[in-house]
Amino acid sequence: MALSDVYDFYRRMEDENVILSFKGEFTSELLTSILHIMETKMVTMGISPKMKKRVFNVLVECFQNLYHHIEATGDSPKQIALQKSALIMVIHENEKIIVRTGNYIPSNGIEKLKERLSFVNGLTEEKLRELYQNRLLKNKLSSKGTAGLGLIDIARKSKNKLGFEFIEINENTSFFCLDVVIE
Amino acid sequence: MEILLLEGSAKTPEINFNQDTGVLELRGRSIPENSIEFFKPLNDWVDIYGSSPKETTQIEVRLEYFNTSSSKCILDLFKRLEQLDGNSTEVKVNWYFEKDDEDMEEAGVDYEAIVDLPFKIIEVEEI
Repeated sequence: MALSDVYDFYRRMEDENVILSFKGEFTSELLTSILHIMETKMVTMGISPKMKKRVFNVLVECFQNLYHHIEATGDSPKQIALQKSALIMVIHENEKIIVRTGNYIPSNGIEKLKERLSFVNGLTEEKLRELYQNRLLKNKLSSKGTAGLGLIDIARKSKNKLGFEFIEINENTSFFCLDVVIE
Repeated sequence: MEILLLEGSAKTPEINFNQDTGVLELRGRSIPENSIEFFKPLNDWVDIYGSSPKETTQIEVRLEYFNTSSSKCILDLFKRLEQLDGNSTEVKVNWYFEKDDEDMEEAGVDYEAIVDLPFKIIEVEEI
């Protein structure tokens, strides 16, 4: 990237109303920092406490989804680092806050993920609540502490359908983009 | 047995479980990556407390927000207390939510529906 591209990069983010963006390995400390930055920003932006909490909730679940579920299958340290690397972006546009994430996934996991996303998107608010309650009672926590409730919770808090896309990188790897709109 | 006192952190709530008063309080946010680790000492404490509880056990939940990993652990904690209820102690739950925070209010109502303990869902100005 030429040095002058820094300006293009800046303009692009400015035009798209990106208020926060991070690319790299997701660590536990990173989430604390992101929440801290967002807290300050949302106070300055005058965002209501209710909306603020919803944004926090969505950020936490999106982040922890990536933190727990990114699978590094590469052989070399460089490959593993690349696979573990992900993108998180927060956009503030027309009173809405949009959380976007992007990460590599093995292509053979697409079908299952697509199915889960479509299933959640097909449910009404009331059905999502029922499903959450049901799973809360029945699901056991994994050893990593995951409850299998992340996507349902994200959908409940956003009150919108989840946007998603899979971009094929090569025959084994794809890039998964998730779009969560909170208003 | 000792009072369980934990300071709150960026990802974990402040804990004050007191066997002398029978008041068990959680306050703040609960969003650890793996909540099993965090809730383990709480569960252990409740198990010991259960052998000689106060006449009334009051659990005070003052959470700003919590992640899905914690939601399961909170349920497990309630289930443990459910076992104690009627067994030489009477367990009551006070679930607090901030004014206008319908998500946290709803979460309390949801727990009330699946936990066999008396709940009071209480609106406050600030958690």
